[in-house]
Amino acid sequence: AERASLAGVQHVVLVLSGKGGVGKSTLCSQLALALRGAGKRVGILDVDLCGPSIPRMLRAQDSAVHQCDSGWLPVLVGQDQPIALMSIGFLLERPDDAVVWRGPKKNALIKQFINDVAWGELDFLIVDTPPGTSDEHISTVEALRPFQLLGAVLVTTPQ
Amino acid sequence: VRHTVLVLSGKGGVGKSTFSALLAHGLAADETKQVALLDIDICGPSIPKMMGLEGEQVHQSGSGWSPVYVEENLGVMSVGFLLHSPDDAVIWRGPKKNGLIKQFLRDVDWGEVDYLIVDTPPGTSDEHLSIVQYLSAAHIDGAVIVTTPQEVSLQDVRKEINFCHKVKLPIIGVVENMSGFVCPKCKNESQIFPPTTGGAEKMCQNLNVSLLGKVPLDPQIGKSCDRGQSFLAEAPESPATLSYRNIIQRIQEYCEQHHLEEEKIM
Repeated sequence: AERASLAGVQHVVLVLSGKGGVGKSTLCSQLALALRGAGKRVGILDVDLCGPSIPRMLRAQDSAVHQCDSGWLPVLVGQDQPIALMSIGFLLERPDDAVVWRGPKKNALIKQFINDVAWGELDFLIVDTPPGTSDEHISTVEALRPFQLLGAVLVTTPQ
Repeated sequence: VRHTVLVLSGKGGVGKSTFSALLAHGLAADETKQVALLDIDICGPSIPKMMGLEGEQVHQSGSGWSPVYVEENLGVMSVGFLLHSPDDAVIWRGPKKNGLIKQFLRDVDWGEVDYLIVDTPPGTSDEHLSIVQYLSAAHIDGAVIVTTPQEVSLQDVRKEINFCHKVKLPIIGVVENMSGFVCPKCKNESQIFPPTTGGAEKMCQNLNVSLLGKVPLDPQIGKSCDRGQSFLAEAPESPATLSYRNIIQRIQEYCEQHHLEEEKIM
């Protein structure tokens, strides 16, 4: 049987907040960079389909996703022990294109991001989410259930 | 409803709800105008707290749901009023959210309204598609798009501008929030969110949309929102208040002018 694509991932960490603009994506990028600096193999899955911030934050906004036999290849950032990234940002024809999708289409892509991306062997997969508690969050948690979901980090600001 | 203004942003946390609340207060300062504020952010409804209406309930009558009134001429509706506890998470998929938005538009007894302001969640998804669709029979004057100066915000806001073009929603203009901070003691100005790619000003030039104004950071804004007070009333001398008032006036002028143009056509 084919190896499920998150099977080689040791820990999955979800970064959540009810609120927008509090620094979820910022934390995800910095956390990934710090873990990689500590010698870990890291990936970031960006499931914010309307406002994907991860590509720019890792300076990968001009990268494209390629396919292989086991599915999509994540975008690799950095030379030494690169960080593996997946985001809808890499799939847009133009960066300013609005992704105007209703729930079912968003859910289908999230499932693909989890099951059809060849993530490989990773110590940590960090999942960046959009604000709210809706389709993306429900679908992500459901699709991650079979895997090593360590838990969620919640981000806020003081007010 | 005479005028409808949608407050949008691709990005979260840039001040849409803050702006919606202040726009509502600003317009309602004219007691002859009837103002309605509709909060369709179903997952993160901020309007009840910002308007000092936490804990209020919605009443039903023969003519529908009653909005919650802040002033006689300022009524508010939000999913926040329908929750048993303010910490209850609304974990709904798109179709259920759309259903509630339809109800807000159809079953709320707003009465005669001069301005309907619609506060939205961040993004370009179910809520945004639905509100544009459901209001298409009525007339939306346009959208006010809110951003902050940094590129991480602008890149999402450009998408929102494209969304507006796609659904043929006129753009009244862009508001740049958190645009600099002036220290009240030494009067030095700092760019807390540096506009590394030219800020909203450059983006508006490039995309040929109006920049309605820039609002500086003022810690009093967040405080007033937390306390459910109108920042415009609490800090009338703040440079941020001046900016907000100018922006609100420009929005009023836009709406009035379009009304006149329509009347001419008719």
